[in-house]
Amino acid sequence: MSSGRIELKDVYRRYGATTALNGISLRIAEGSFTTLLGPSGCGKSTTLRIIAGLEPQSAGQVLIDGRDVAGLRAAERNVAMVFQSYALYPHMTVRQNINLPLAMRNMNVWQRLPLMDRLLASARDLAAAHRTKVREIASLLDIETLLDRKPSQLSGGQKQRAAVARALVRDPVAFLLDEPLSNLDVKLRLQMRGELVDLHQRTGRTFVYVTHDQAEAMSMSDQIAVMMDGSIVQSGTPRAIYERPATREIAAFVGDHPLNLVEVPARSRELPEPFTSFAFDTRLTNDTVVIGLRPEVLVPADDGLLAGRVARIEYLGSEAVATVVLAGDRTIRAVLPTHSVLRQPGDEIRFNFDSDHAHLFDGSTGARLKARLVPRSPLRATATGPVS
Amino acid sequence: MTYRLPPAVGEALTNAWLVGPATVGMLVLIFGPVLAVAVLSFTDYQLGAQGFAWIGLENYTVLFTDPIGQRAVVNTLIYVAIVMPASMILALLVALGVHRVASWNATLAGVLRTAYFMPVAGTLVAMATVWQMLMHPNVGLFNQVLGLTGVPGQEWLSDRGIVLYSLAVIGIWETVGYNMVLFLAGLTAIPEHLYDAAEIDGVRPGWDRFWTVTWPLLGPTTLFVLVVTAARAFRVFETVATLTQGGPGFASDTLVYAMYREGFVYFKAGYASAVTMVFFVFVLTLTLVQFGVLERRVHYR
Repeated sequence: MSSGRIELKDVYRRYGATTALNGISLRIAEGSFTTLLGPSGCGKSTTLRIIAGLEPQSAGQVLIDGRDVAGLRAAERNVAMVFQSYALYPHMTVRQNINLPLAMRNMNVWQRLPLMDRLLASARDLAAAHRTKVREIASLLDIETLLDRKPSQLSGGQKQRAAVARALVRDPVAFLLDEPLSNLDVKLRLQMRGELVDLHQRTGRTFVYVTHDQAEAMSMSDQIAVMMDGSIVQSGTPRAIYERPATREIAAFVGDHPLNLVEVPARSRELPEPFTSFAFDTRLTNDTVVIGLRPEVLVPADDGLLAGRVARIEYLGSEAVATVVLAGDRTIRAVLPTHSVLRQPGDEIRFNFDSDHAHLFDGSTGARLKARLVPRSPLRATATGPVS
Repeated sequence: MTYRLPPAVGEALTNAWLVGPATVGMLVLIFGPVLAVAVLSFTDYQLGAQGFAWIGLENYTVLFTDPIGQRAVVNTLIYVAIVMPASMILALLVALGVHRVASWNATLAGVLRTAYFMPVAGTLVAMATVWQMLMHPNVGLFNQVLGLTGVPGQEWLSDRGIVLYSLAVIGIWETVGYNMVLFLAGLTAIPEHLYDAAEIDGVRPGWDRFWTVTWPLLGPTTLFVLVVTAARAFRVFETVATLTQGGPGFASDTLVYAMYREGFVYFKAGYASAVTMVFFVFVLTLTLVQFGVLERRVHYR
């Protein structure tokens, strides 16, 4: 019984002069939910197709359970795939769609001919076993009543389930999912997200999930590999990626709210407005440093070290997003709670933030710096004052 | 103060204005003539004559009992029975080939497509002359090649046993290009991700893949090609008129050529109308059967 451990070793993919994948190396643990996250065109789908065997790599190795799968067809690798467009066969009923992988694996050309399940004993037994299996999978995904419908008669969510059922029926070692939720509306997407996580827990199989939606990646995965321009720029747990983004681009890509980026000179440990109350904890050699502050880490506090004036308030119900002009004419956005008095445009406002949550990046390369932003007065270190 | 029509009336007038001209055109130019021909087929009317007599079904009796009339009907059916399947199967094979070539060399695929489409774009009467040269008993390329291999040459266009099949070959050649372009469009419309899904599901390339994905999804295209090819094959005329004039001894006579000969050479408008009606009923029946039987089995997205 194979287990579904996948390893990519220095995989390249070139199309003529263009390089789509630039040396991808990734370990996907058995039974993990790994997400390849990145903007469109970053090579994440190509990586998935190479794992599936739908496309050959130009160089490098793909190992499944330690075995190099070069030259093995997709079905021989025993991986299943769910496509963004579902890719259900439109001329077949849901039942036939789910049954196809079984028939292809277990039956020969003659046994698959129509009516053979009535004429040939071997075909009859196999067909009966397949029918049972299809019913089992259909009940698992709650689509038993849809089995005799054609895909065109299904809603988006139902098509999605049918596609997952077809992937599941073969009992594959790994599931590859290529943006499976992006054609669904927001509500259904949230529901299917939960169902996929349940499915992952129930089957215990390896899931490799491709998406450009960071919220999906964060909420579902054990491991995220962030891809940009054909390379994996960071991989780790969702928490590691959110809290310790390796570059400015990753920091900006991950997170529900757009990241505030403020560029400051870094010649000395002192900082200009509006960060005059802060200093770098070490002397930096970089010319400039970009400070990345997530809008959600800024906590309004009367004794806050970051002072500004509210320019605009966007009320969203559970929270409000304030656009604040800080001293030195820097504009940032901050997420404010809505359970207390709501700020008005023109109000003075002060913020505190945990210095662990202020990310520092090199101004020219965008790489994460080890240095930290600390309050100049040691008494106020990591102060998160009372909410006003 | 201007008077405004009630919205329903205004809309109805707009609809009539939009649909009207085309409808009138169809009635005057299609349904009217069909009706006139149907009426004429029960008369002995001769083109230019002062009057005519009702002769009931006599024109039809002659067509189906007279050896010459029978010949035309049978020849047409044989011709259709050869040209329809052969040109469709060949066109599908060529389309599959060109489609595959297109995936690695688009330029070559374009050249092939143009080459196969050439007979459709060209004038068939001019092309027929070329075929006449090819099939010439003495200097024609066919017999020259046969001569090299030691096989005796054939009288392609003047042997009573061969002439109809020679015309069918030209008919196939003429139709393959058109059908190929239609099939090619159908193949291009099959979403690539279905082939990916098939690959994942263990469908092997070649026959399995063709049977599982390509053929079912080509259904609507195939139905359309079937109808168009049938109509074209039934209409065979140019090659007969230019190469054989229905000869030798009516061995290559067909319905439309008979219609032309009886109506425009012998001026027997009544009899020609009966031939036209038979032709019309054949094509109509075939089309209705095809749509009735196949449309239920063909999947439309």
